[in-house]
Amino acid sequence: MSEKLIDIEGLKQYFPVAGSKAQVKAVDDVSFFIKKGETFGLVGESGCGKTTTGRSILRLIEPTAGKITYDGDVIFDSKSGKKADMLPYRRKMQIVFQDPYASLDPRMTVGDIVGEALDIHNLCKDKKERYDRIIGLLQRVGLNSEHANRYPHEFSGGQRQRVGIARALAVDPEFIVCDEPVSALDVSIQAQVVNMFEELQNELKLTYLFIAHDLSVVNHISDRIGVMYLGHLVELAESEELIFHAVHPYTLSLISAVPIADPKIARASKRIILQGDVPSPLNPPKGCAFCTRCPYADEICQNEKPEFKEIGPGHYCACHHVDIASLSRKSKNKMVIV
Amino acid sequence: MGEYLVDIKHEKLSFFTPVGEVKALNDVSIRMKEGEVLGVVGESGSGKSVTAYSLIGLTAENGKIMGGEVNFNGHRVDLMSEKEMRGIRGKEISIIFQDPMTSLNPVYTIGNQIEEAVRIHGDKSAEEARERAKELLTLVGINEPEKRLKQYPHELSGGMRQRVMIAIALACEPKLLIADEPTTALDVTIQAQILELMNDLKNKLGMGIMLITHDLGVVASMCDNIAVMYAGEIVEYGSADDIFYNPKHEYTRGLLKSIPKFQEKEYSKLVPIEGQPVDLLNPPKGCPFAPRCDSCMKICLREKPESIDFGENHYSRCWLNVKDEYSGGEKS
Repeated sequence: MSEKLIDIEGLKQYFPVAGSKAQVKAVDDVSFFIKKGETFGLVGESGCGKTTTGRSILRLIEPTAGKITYDGDVIFDSKSGKKADMLPYRRKMQIVFQDPYASLDPRMTVGDIVGEALDIHNLCKDKKERYDRIIGLLQRVGLNSEHANRYPHEFSGGQRQRVGIARALAVDPEFIVCDEPVSALDVSIQAQVVNMFEELQNELKLTYLFIAHDLSVVNHISDRIGVMYLGHLVELAESEELIFHAVHPYTLSLISAVPIADPKIARASKRIILQGDVPSPLNPPKGCAFCTRCPYADEICQNEKPEFKEIGPGHYCACHHVDIASLSRKSKNKMVIV
Repeated sequence: MGEYLVDIKHEKLSFFTPVGEVKALNDVSIRMKEGEVLGVVGESGSGKSVTAYSLIGLTAENGKIMGGEVNFNGHRVDLMSEKEMRGIRGKEISIIFQDPMTSLNPVYTIGNQIEEAVRIHGDKSAEEARERAKELLTLVGINEPEKRLKQYPHELSGGMRQRVMIAIALACEPKLLIADEPTTALDVTIQAQILELMNDLKNKLGMGIMLITHDLGVVASMCDNIAVMYAGEIVEYGSADDIFYNPKHEYTRGLLKSIPKFQEKEYSKLVPIEGQPVDLLNPPKGCPFAPRCDSCMKICLREKPESIDFGENHYSRCWLNVKDEYSGGEKS
């Protein structure tokens, strides 16, 4: 189980800004690994770089720097300049996109959408086999054979997301990046899709990178969770450890911001309300990325970037004040609300 | 007139589309007292926004109220002309929309837009309006109001824009604020900020809030009463505690079960509501939820359930609640 399927070291993804020399550092020096068969959750607010991280791993956008290893093979390394031919890896690594309305070609039938990947990789000997595989895939995600000849607009959001999943499964991948796959769906449908992801994982021994901004969904599905803020990974731990023993002030505020669907608990609990907004990634703070909103920020936070270090077994955190933060967690609700 | 700020009685509303009549609201009744916070919960297409829009006279052109009454603060809103409606819109009743990115005008400054709302009702001078605009921005927690008034919407973040929207809505101290998914487009930490702000303002100004959302977590902390909508009907109505701890409709129960439990250490599988939402062009004959309901009985497919009261402030439309009276071979 402990074998690493994906290993990322120092991943950087900078985007140029039109008309100036400035760069947007969407992902800045992110390192983590994903074990075989696990679900790794990535959470954070919009613009924190979680989607970009997912896409860089698949090299859908070429990373600026860093090293990506897939199952022992280096597929990208900026130091040695190695850039592997991705086609064989595309069979193993797939992605499910956030918006099921935009990610399906409206002029292709669902059968062709799912079948396209089979054609690209020459996975079928003849038309009969192709047809059978498409139907098999549709049935696996809870659709049926009649659906193959229909167009995406004839489906509801939840059904379209199922088509997106069938497309990703078409090539028998080992690893799937799930980029906010349930954010656009209604709650009752969300649960259907989340359950399906879990069932498929058990059946097909899949590994997921599950990206979402909703901590409760991520917590539900993930074995380990990484929290991103402004292009940096600020905390990483096993799900339970992260939810119940979070240390980083940003993680704590994220956890307390999750709306609790229970009136008595919700009324009694005191929220940590963060002031202000996420700073622009064009002009990030010099020191700790979170220092502009952090209640504990002091001089060192403003000037020095905190190191992403291990503070417990498998629990990593980037914060200068790990001690203060964990103290305040123990004496719940004492956290200063500025 | 009356003791209720909002009194919608048996409202029916249909949209006439090229493919046929869509019955968006089917016998919806809602009452709200002054200063009450009502949460309206349901999935997309359940009619929650349509209900609110008909209250403020913003129903799309192909929509028509087919029956019932819509009373607000002594006005028969459903009978008012557009001109009369303008007299109360923004003054007695205001609305904030889901998407703060598109609901502000990009070519006017924030100041312009707030002052417009201030001056349109009442006789404030330009200077007074500017002062009021500053006051409002401070009220909604925006610092440096002077500077902000001169900025354009694109210069502000999503959370800030939603605050500006709230400032505009509050310009004339309305009696009712309709918040249509006010935080759905925002990040969780910003969502927490905006909810906190709305709670504060409610306590300060004593206005009623109709909070429309699909997120049960959002209504749990804020609302006095909750209406659960499905397929254009209120399937259950009750106090927040009734809905969460003593639900009397299978759909409400299903919704509660399908949310991931966040604070529990035990892993439990989510229980989804199977099937797809109703097609309102062809609504089922009996209970609209019957095709997705696990405990569906024969009568559910045949007849629409009556509303059944559980105490003064809690009702639900579900045959299961009167199952005993119908048992004897009825259950399929």
